[in-house]
Amino acid sequence: MPEQQHLRPQKPPIVELKDATVVYPGGHVGLERASIKIDRGEFVFLVGPTGCGKSTFIKLLLRDIEPASGSVVVAGKDINDMSRSKVPQLRRRIGTVFQDFKLLQNRTVYDNVAYALKVTGSPRSEIRRQVPEILKMVGLGAKIHNYPDELSGGEQQRVSVARAFVSHPPLLLADEPTGNLDPETSIGIMQLLYRINRAGTTVVVVTHDREMVDKMRRRVIQLYDGRVIRDQAAGLYATDESTSEFGARMRDELGVVIDDDRDDTATVL
Amino acid sequence: MSKFVFFLGEAYRALRRNAAPSIAAIVTIAVTVLLVGVLVPVLSATGSKTDDVRSQLELKVFLFNDATDTEISNLENRIGNIAHVDTVEYISPAEALTLLEAKLQDKSLLDQLNSNPLPPAFNVKLDDPDNLESVQAALSPPDASGKPQPVSAAIDDIVTGEQTQQIREVTGAVKILLAVIAVLLAIASLFLVGNTIRLSIYARRREVEVMQLVGATDWFIRWPFVIEGLVVGLFGAIIAVGILFLGKVTIVDPLSEDFALVENLNTIAFGPLIAALVVGAMVVAALGSGVTLRRFLRI
Repeated sequence: MPEQQHLRPQKPPIVELKDATVVYPGGHVGLERASIKIDRGEFVFLVGPTGCGKSTFIKLLLRDIEPASGSVVVAGKDINDMSRSKVPQLRRRIGTVFQDFKLLQNRTVYDNVAYALKVTGSPRSEIRRQVPEILKMVGLGAKIHNYPDELSGGEQQRVSVARAFVSHPPLLLADEPTGNLDPETSIGIMQLLYRINRAGTTVVVVTHDREMVDKMRRRVIQLYDGRVIRDQAAGLYATDESTSEFGARMRDELGVVIDDDRDDTATVL
Repeated sequence: MSKFVFFLGEAYRALRRNAAPSIAAIVTIAVTVLLVGVLVPVLSATGSKTDDVRSQLELKVFLFNDATDTEISNLENRIGNIAHVDTVEYISPAEALTLLEAKLQDKSLLDQLNSNPLPPAFNVKLDDPDNLESVQAALSPPDASGKPQPVSAAIDDIVTGEQTQQIREVTGAVKILLAVIAVLLAIASLFLVGNTIRLSIYARRREVEVMQLVGATDWFIRWPFVIEGLVVGLFGAIIAVGILFLGKVTIVDPLSEDFALVENLNTIAFGPLIAALVVGAMVVAALGSGVTLRRFLRI
């Protein structure tokens, strides 16, 4: 008689986009029939040129925007069926880190992090215990009472990571977290995100940082023109490139716009 | 309760850290409240003076000299019962002569009279001069041919005061003017205070964005702003009331000692005025904050 198997109940994926299409007012297509599934505990890089739909993906998960068609499911719930009044609850369960830090300038480091707990109605004793702890974890134990404008960019980003993680959300979204930082500081931030992922939180990082992606060798989802063109476990920033792809990527990274004639010449050369 | 304390703390923090826009809002509110505080008593005094003048307009009903006492008392009752009639006063010829004598500069004129030429009359005061026509019609309703006929055979003539018509027109215009000024003042104050509050919140729309991002509910974001509005309104009103009080003590009070006119003006009392100003400023400022925020919250 075969032994009865006792499996853990299967938890739904943390993020599931099904054929999601986003059209902005004015007709620009942010995402086109994109289907992305991310399981709990994963560490995912989202790459692609500017305007490819990476930020649209983040906005979609925070319900900042709604898809024209398709569905967005977070932790088993279709968030587009959610009433507006439930959106704050959704956002409390998703930590966010942005390129421009998005800190409250008129609050100290401590109060910025504490605010994320206060919105959930956490008791004061809990806040007093958790905030210094998390700030110590991100290495800012000594700057608890400084204001954001007294900190360096890297330090501000650490505050924002601390705020995103203080309530231990199951999902953390980072939109170009190292975009404004020098390489050394960037490594520190990525280390933090890695550590948060090890603690069990699903981490999605939108990035242009080729080196970081290549070194970390995690799942890479590549978007182009609102479509998923690659989804690779332990991938590189880019697959082997042809000369013209390399040119396109370099132009994108350097922000150079070249007209078509010159482009042809470049390919021939 | 602990939430309320938190909201108070948030409001205090915002005021302290955004001192410049807060002070600008407080000053604007102070100036507006001051303007309202000066103009409201002036408007109300003008209005009450106008009403005073209007209430003195009256109708005179002259009787024939041979009117009997019963006719007179019947008529007095009858006039008193007409709608819109405030008081009826009988003036006998002798009383009329005394009144005339009091008004004349040259009393000797009366000596040349052989007999009293003045007829008995009723002075009829109305509740509002606009009802002059209806009372007049009640005293002498038109007969079958359309000509007015007095209700009593004892009535000789019904006369309105010489300038009744002009006074009625002028005071009517003044009343409309006062109403227009009051409405304009109210609108201007609302816009001024509302706009200032809007500007001070506008500077902080990014802050609201961040709060929404970490999952703050709309009211969690809004309460501190509303409380901040209340506090800004309170401070602005206190400054204005202080200046008003100084003005009252140093300018108006000494004047009213010297001139009966100022003292007799029937205007709104100082206590209710400042209470209304303080409450009004706070309500408008708080509402301004709450409503402005609504736009940023994208409800």
